[in-house]
Amino acid sequence: MASNTSFEKYKSDGSLQGNLLEWFDARFPATSMWRGHLSEYYAPKNFNFWYFFGSLAMLVLVIQIVTGIFLVMHYKPDASLNANGIPVAFASVEYIMRDVSWGWLIRYMHSTGASAFFIVVYLHMFRGLLYGSYRQPRELIWIFGCLIFLCLMAEAFMGYLLPWGQMSFWGAQVIVNLFSAIPLVGEPLSIWIRGDFVVGDATLNRFFSFHVIAVPLVLLGLVAAHILALHEVGSNNPDGVEIKKKKDANGIPLDGIPFHPYYSVKDIVGVVVFLMVFSIIVFFAPEGGGYFLEYNNFIPADPLKTPPHIAPVWYFTPYYSLLRAMVWPLFGIDAKFWGVVAMGAGVVILAFLPWLDRSPVKSIRYRGPIFKTLLTLFVIAFAILGFLGTQPPSYAFFGVIPSAPVAQVLSAFYFLFFLTMPWWSKIDKYKPEPDRVTM
Amino acid sequence: MSNECKVDCGRRRLVVATAAVGGVGALAALVPFVSSMLPSERAKAAGAPVEVEIGNLEPGQMMTVEWRGKPVWIINRSKEMLDSLTKLADAVADPKSEKKMQPSYCQNETRSIKPAIMVAVGICTHLGCSPSSKFKKGAEEGMDGAWLGGFLCPCHGSTFDLAGRVFKNKPAPDNLEVPPHKYLSDTRILIGEDKGA
Repeated sequence: MASNTSFEKYKSDGSLQGNLLEWFDARFPATSMWRGHLSEYYAPKNFNFWYFFGSLAMLVLVIQIVTGIFLVMHYKPDASLNANGIPVAFASVEYIMRDVSWGWLIRYMHSTGASAFFIVVYLHMFRGLLYGSYRQPRELIWIFGCLIFLCLMAEAFMGYLLPWGQMSFWGAQVIVNLFSAIPLVGEPLSIWIRGDFVVGDATLNRFFSFHVIAVPLVLLGLVAAHILALHEVGSNNPDGVEIKKKKDANGIPLDGIPFHPYYSVKDIVGVVVFLMVFSIIVFFAPEGGGYFLEYNNFIPADPLKTPPHIAPVWYFTPYYSLLRAMVWPLFGIDAKFWGVVAMGAGVVILAFLPWLDRSPVKSIRYRGPIFKTLLTLFVIAFAILGFLGTQPPSYAFFGVIPSAPVAQVLSAFYFLFFLTMPWWSKIDKYKPEPDRVTM
Repeated sequence: MSNECKVDCGRRRLVVATAAVGGVGALAALVPFVSSMLPSERAKAAGAPVEVEIGNLEPGQMMTVEWRGKPVWIINRSKEMLDSLTKLADAVADPKSEKKMQPSYCQNETRSIKPAIMVAVGICTHLGCSPSSKFKKGAEEGMDGAWLGGFLCPCHGSTFDLAGRVFKNKPAPDNLEVPPHKYLSDTRILIGEDKGA
């Protein structure tokens, strides 16, 4: 596909631009990359709405990098108090919001971008579940994707400490203390992560370094690997059938169309709609009702006082609920360790999907009632776990049904959905797959 | 690799040995970078003891001071508050403070040097939030009817009694930590040092 030898080098027509391009192409795989990844990358012709979110995730990545570069010009990662008794880091964010020209816009784009990133990535992952995009031969694309998701979580978590508000401080305190739950090495490990015995200036500076240098570099590398692996095996589609099985005389899939111009143009439509929604939020509701920017984070960090209710930002709350659901010590190890294990396992188990799913077909279009029912329940459970994660542990539905046992049942379902998949995906009913894609 | 070495086996061994030595060097180069993330000498030196005057602390009141960047609570427990400790012996996870969450001189029923004065690090042993005080009984604090006063951690709902003992079946594994401390006089406490106590 994208290998450098399968395309002929550019031949000049004798014009100046032609000569320049020939010179360049003889020294760099420009033409072959353009063709292999865009103009002659054949994607299935039946992509639908769900296929917008991959390109949108790339758009948000660009927004985050560009706005981040400009924020770093004004932000100061410093936990010491200024002359007014306000932490310097907190004050520098207020400075960006009030005194830097257009600073408020750049910062709101960045903070809204964080939530937008998770919205499009969750939808992108859900598309994978719907159409079996993780199945053979796309296991590695899916694993790279899971690693991107992990990186994104690390990036978002460390970025959230930087404004040095109450939620920043206590959120970091809780998550770093998760590591102290690991037997034996836990306590020294959490001190090593913090760089101090409590979350402080050392922690703020290293999180800044990771947030702006280390994690973005890894993220970009993984995104490149994700796309290279995709272009090696070719895209899945809503029918879950391989378009490469039916090719024309020139070896081009009968159901494939060049990514450019067909899908580049389609994706522009997605970009325009996305930017409309994104702008409405940035300009009219940048706090997202307290879900995108939590109100307690407008209070400077106070190491002596935890806010009465702390919760992570919405995109972490389903996993936070898994953490809170574990309240029993097992095998002589504290419950909090098992909470950490549950939270980590909740993310890691996704990477095993390609081997857990034993169904003969990929797409939901040809799968049976068991899959459709369980997937619906899974989405509902994930949403309720997410909601409960934003609520205090004492929350009760309608004021009477305590939420803790509900969260425990839903957490058990979350894991059973995956762990029993080899069994139920085999006994489910299936419709025969078509030979070619349908529109 | 197959046993029939088509390449020069002696050279292959040298290549492996060279790569191994290089790998050891690369690993050794990790040490300064990993160590640089440990608490610096300045951070280690910052844990000086704190002196506190408690003469104005009335029975039933609590004050918070900062020691090593952590909140330390000093509570002057009233007679009624102390009585609640005995009643709760069956409800808390470690009633006799058998786990080493306090200096040996505080391993008693009130977890303190003087029965009335409680000194504790106000950091939940679950994930490090600072619990809020709920000193009044039951519904007045929005707790259940059996509540006799204590602390509620806002993060994950762990509850502690007025001696910092954690209630059973809560996420927090241990009682609140009692820091090393000693009385300099009847109303002055030194937190962070107990030599000669």
